[in-house]
This record gives sequence, structure tokens and C-alpha cells, in this order.
Amino acid sequence: MAEMNGNGNNLSRASRSLLGDIGLPTVIIAVFWVLTLVAGHFVGISMSTLVSDTIKRAGMNGILVLAMVPAIQSGTGPNFALPIGIVCGLLGLVTAIEMDLTGMTWLLSSFALAIPLAAVVGYGYGKLMNAVKGSEMTIATYTGFSIVALMCLAWLMIPFRNPKMGWFIGKGLRETIQLDAVGGAQILNNFLLFTVGEVIVPTGLLLTFAFFAFLVWLFFRSKLGIAISAGGINPKFAQAAGLDIDRNRVLANVVSTILGAIGIIVYSQSYGYAQLYTAPLMMAFPAVAAVLIGGATASRAKVSHVIIGVVLFQGLLTTALPVANEIFAGTDLSEIMRMIIQNGIILYALTQVKRGVQ
Amino acid sequence: MDGLNRNSNGAGSWILENLVTIIFVAFTLFGFMVSSGVSLGFFFSELSSRVFRNAFLVLSLIIPVLAGLGLNFGIVIGAMSGQVAIAIARYFEMGGLSGLMFCFAVAMAAAALCGYFTGKLYNKTRGQEMIASLIVGFFANGIYQFLFLFVVGVIISVPAIHPMIKPDGIGIRMTVDLVPVKQGGLKYALDNIYQIPFVHALLIVAVGLLLLLAVRYWLNIRKGRSYLNSRSSLIVNGGLCLALAGVAIHAMMTKSELMMVRKVPVVTGLLIIGLCVFTVLIMKTKLGQDFRSVGQSQHTAEVSGINVDRTRIIATMISTVLAAWGQIIYLQNMGTLNTYNAHTQIGMFSVAALLVGGASTSKASITHAIFGTILFNAMFIMSPEIGQSLFGQAILGEYFRTFMVYGVIGVALGIHVWKANKKSRIVVE
Repeated sequence: MAEMNGNGNNLSRASRSLLGDIGLPTVIIAVFWVLTLVAGHFVGISMSTLVSDTIKRAGMNGILVLAMVPAIQSGTGPNFALPIGIVCGLLGLVTAIEMDLTGMTWLLSSFALAIPLAAVVGYGYGKLMNAVKGSEMTIATYTGFSIVALMCLAWLMIPFRNPKMGWFIGKGLRETIQLDAVGGAQILNNFLLFTVGEVIVPTGLLLTFAFFAFLVWLFFRSKLGIAISAGGINPKFAQAAGLDIDRNRVLANVVSTILGAIGIIVYSQSYGYAQLYTAPLMMAFPAVAAVLIGGATASRAKVSHVIIGVVLFQGLLTTALPVANEIFAGTDLSEIMRMIIQNGIILYALTQVKRGVQ
Repeated sequence: MDGLNRNSNGAGSWILENLVTIIFVAFTLFGFMVSSGVSLGFFFSELSSRVFRNAFLVLSLIIPVLAGLGLNFGIVIGAMSGQVAIAIARYFEMGGLSGLMFCFAVAMAAAALCGYFTGKLYNKTRGQEMIASLIVGFFANGIYQFLFLFVVGVIISVPAIHPMIKPDGIGIRMTVDLVPVKQGGLKYALDNIYQIPFVHALLIVAVGLLLLLAVRYWLNIRKGRSYLNSRSSLIVNGGLCLALAGVAIHAMMTKSELMMVRKVPVVTGLLIIGLCVFTVLIMKTKLGQDFRSVGQSQHTAEVSGINVDRTRIIATMISTVLAAWGQIIYLQNMGTLNTYNAHTQIGMFSVAALLVGGASTSKASITHAIFGTILFNAMFIMSPEIGQSLFGQAILGEYFRTFMVYGVIGVALGIHVWKANKKSRIVVE
């Protein structure tokens, strides 16, 4: 682990191999995943279904995990306030339904509505993070929780009239909105979908994820992106070099919030339902866990960490569910395992944080 | 309430300092104004049973704050230990006072062990204890579910016919009835020992507080520390106590609505008072002074020969054990064990209650805890009523209540860090 902590002071990121250093958590989860796959094979679970589901769920969650990268790189730590971006995305999504749009138009207008909103909200959130330096993670968590609770009120009072998402009786929006009704379910997944043997490859979904991953990768090679990373690695040094750290931190959080908004729209279309009310409350934690499993720390993250992490974490969860049900019938071992792994990895990352409150 | 009067340099900073408290008082009063359906009897019945149920848990948060660990969301681990103890007692059909004592003992052992490990973790996550305590609660919940849904049934075989085991013989049911104490169970095992009418309790508390004030005033003068006596706060506090006593006597004379309020459990109340006394006394011992020095500056404490790591672990252990007992008190009053939900919200609600009372990440006292518990629960009772009367939907009030809980924690922590950062910036410049 020593090299991973050393990352902070080591600016020669470009000289690394594509995968970077493989950390202990990554190895443990990978080994565990392989073990469950082997166990699954022996109890007779179809491997192709498992692989298909893994690909689908990795693509689904990918952009939400990607949202962690700008926040971590700028030095605010993992974006525990991801629900803020998520509710912006959901608001864009339901507004597009209210405008009676369907299919691809619906999807693109959801993005178009959600992105400016997320940018504005993300700006405010970034300002807040600058005011509470040193305790960003705790306050981000509670900011996220508060926004979700506030939006519960909004979902209930919002004067939308479209019958596709209202309750049958009473006011307000439904808890889960079927996207079938607007022709939006799996719209990205089904784009250029093909099968290899029995494995289904949702090309559109993967392309979308790859596109945004590439954008983020590119962003952190731009002048601005490098300035953001520099501020995260050593704020005092960056300040001395004439960089406006506070502005860069705000910008990074704007990007992170926008990615959260886009992420939930992509997630919802693949899932087939948009989940409102308290559903976004805990969504930040699996995303944080995924990027950490990929090899990120609370102060350094790369796009490669996102890809490795989301495949390993979602792969493990997808595999564990049927395997655990097969071996120990009548128990909910996979959900228990998710809680332990997800929170265990976050705790592990917290023990590695060197910079505390002054 | 002396926390409200101190540190008041300028009205603006006073308002900022007590922003959360002010919002809550205003909200509760607003609730009384708009909702006509709430009778005083109902309100005080609800309030008193909630306060007796929750106060112990809120009080368990004080010591970690004083030891510089911040708000210990990890008390959910204590709550889980308490529930494990209750589950064991229920499984072997223990009940009554002896069953309760057994629960306290088992919970103490389990919570001390868990507290030791959490304390170790907090030492490794220095500076980020609060987020670590939140996450470790989630983590422990996973282990708790593993224990109750998997170990019970798969590893330890249990009879499927037992009323607390799920029909398929694996795991513990979602809700477990704790059986009333008259039938040999745990429900009201503590509360039913001795009960007195609400107004009598009110009178006793008012007189007791008045005596306490007088004794403190007198002691300060005798020990030559009369500068500690603030005339204004004495008048305010004394006046409040007298008013309280007056209300109680008036209610007794006129047999008003207040006489209809549910009876008050004396032993539970005594335990809460006992914990208050314990918290005050422990801070006067060597250990308490260590807590304080570690809380003020870990570096200075280390230099002056205090074992900082050990002190922080002890603080966490005390907090966890107290939370475990608090959860047992809570559950014997509820009468049913919501196996997988009862503990999840405890941490946040207790922290929010403490903050509402005027505490912050670095200062907390028993006054904050008790005052906060009363105010927080008053808000909790009123918000569905406000939702109902303003918008015609009680659920709206419930969502609003959740928002208040999270918002309070966020705002209180945010203001604290923001002020600390501003101060340190001024010092640096």
C-alpha cells in the first residue's frame, strides 16, 4: 500500500502503465469474484447470464462512479453528495416526460434539461465545500441527505399533470415511474445491441459510458484538468504557483454533479424505471465504494480506477446474488455481503487519509 | 440553558450560534398556531413518553464530543449490542427485572468490545471520525444482519417453532414481540416498576432544579468563585423553574387537561438523572480531565503525558455501552423489537436532538442533551400535524421532518466548520 499513499506526492502519473498500481482491495475483491464465479459454475448457474448482467450493470452504474473522479482529484474527497446530481438528473427526466416527449428525444431533452440545472446546483455545492474545508466528506453526506429529503417534498408538490407519472389518486409523482410508457426503457441498451454466443452486449450503453469516460480522461489532460489535479495534490504549492484553487474545486464539483445527473438518467433508462423519493438517498455509497475498489484513494482517482472498480464491484454483486441463493437457500446473503464490502472498503480508504482537520 | 446565554458577543453571532435551536422553537410554536387538532394532553403524553425513551441515548453522545471525537454516529453499534442482548433474553424467555439486568450485563460486554474496536478505528481515521462513525454504523449493520439472518439458523440451529424465529427456521423475524412484563416478558420491565402522574413529576423536577440552582449558587460563593454566578442566568433559570412549578400546582388545583397526561416512569427518569450526574462527575475525575485535554488539543495532551489513543478508546467505549443501555430502555418502552430497523435511525436522531439543544462538534453538555431531546421530539410530534393542516397531507409533514433531521445535522456541522476555518484563517493572516 505504500506506493498508493505515495501517489499524492508523485506527479509522474503519465509514466504509469495503463492499469497503474494494483492495490490490495482490488486484488481481494477480484479473487473473491473469481471464487464466486467458480462456485456458481459448480452449482450450475449459466455463465453467460452472469456475464451479460455484469456488463449491463457495470455500464448502468459507470457514469455515477465516474462522477467521483473530478471531486477526488480536486481534493474535496469522494463526492458523498452524489444524490444532489442524481436529483437534478431525475428532475430533468420527469420534466421531459411532462413535456410529452418520447424515445430518443425524451432522452436527449432529459440530458439538456438536467445539465444546466446540475451546473448551477453544483456551483453552489462547490462553494459550500470551499467553506467547510477539512470536513468535506461528513458535510457532503448530510448535504446530499438533506437535498434528497427536500426533494421528497418537491416530488409530492410539483404541479405536473402527465398521467404517466402521477398517482392514480391524489397529488404528486409516483415512487417509481415506468419508462416503458415514454418508450425510454433500455433505449440506450438496445442501440446496436448484439449477442456473442449467449452473452448480450448492450452496445449503446457501453458506448455512452466509454464516451463520458473518454471526456473525463481528456478533461484531466487539459490545462484546466491538470490545474485541478495539482490543487488536489498539494494546495499550498498550487496556490504558490498562482492557481486559483477555490475556483478549481468549484469547477470540479460542477463537473461531478453534472456527471451524477447524466449518470442517473443512463441508469434509469437501463433499469427501465425512474426511482424518486428516498431511492437516491444511499446511492453515493456504492459509487464511492466502486471507485475505491478500482484502486483509487480518498485523494487520488483515475478513469481506469472507475472502469476496473465498477466491473469488479458490480460483477461481484451480480454473481453473488444467484450463487448465494443457490448455496444457502432462504437467506439474503448477497445484500449482507454488499453492505459489508461497500462500507468496509470506504472505511479502509478513510484509514488511509492523511490530511485531517487542522 | 446557560449555553444559550454564554458566548453572546453581538446579536448576529448569537443568532448564528443558536440558529438551529431558534428554528426549532419557532417551528414548534408555529405548529401549535396552525394545527387546531392537537390537545395539550395528547401533546404532553407523546412528548413525555418520547423524552423518557430517547434521553438516555442522546446523553450517551456527550463524552465523545468532549474528548474531541465529534458526534459519534457509531452509537448505532451500541444500539445493536443492546438488541443482541434483548434477542438473547427473548430467546431464552427471560423477563422482568432479572431479565432486564441480564440484558444490561450482556449488552455492556458486547458494547464494550465493539466500542474498543470502533475506538481503534477512530484513532486510525483521525480528523475524519464523524464520517467514519457513520460508515462504521452501516458496516456493523451488515455484520448484525449476517448474525441475525444467517448465523441464527444456518450455523446455530434453532427451532423453527420459536415465536421469534422465521417460519422456515433461518433468521429472526422482522418484528419480535417482547411480551408484557406481567406475562414474564421485557415490555415495560423498567417503566412499570413505579409510575407517578405527569404533573407531580413536573413539580418535583421544577423544585429539584430550583434546589440545584440554589445549592450551586451557594457553593460558588462559599468556595470564593462567585464570579461564576451570573445574576441574569440565575433569574432566567429560576424564573423558568418557578413558572414550571406554578403550572404544575395550577393543574393540580384546577384538575385541568394536564392531569390527563400519561403517567411518568420514575425508575427510567432516575436512570436518566443518574446518567446526567455520572457525566458531570466523570468530567471532574482524572479521566475526565484527560478527555477534556485530548478534546482541546491532542498534541498538547500527548506532550503532557496523556495516552491520547487510550483516552479516545475509553471515551468511545463508554459512549457505546451507554448507547446499548439506552437502546434497551428504548425497546422495553416500545414493547416490540423491530429487528432490522430499530437501530438504523438512532444515530441520526440522537445527534440531531443534541445539536438542536445547542451543542456542536466540540461542545456539549447535559443541558444541551435534555433541552434538545425535548425540543426535537416536540418538532417530531408537530410536523405531521403541520403537514395535515397546511397542505392536507400528513405524509408531507413526515418528509419535512426527515428533511429537518438531515438539514439540522448539515447546518450545525457546516456552521461549526465554517466558523473554525474562518478563525484559523484570521490567526494565520
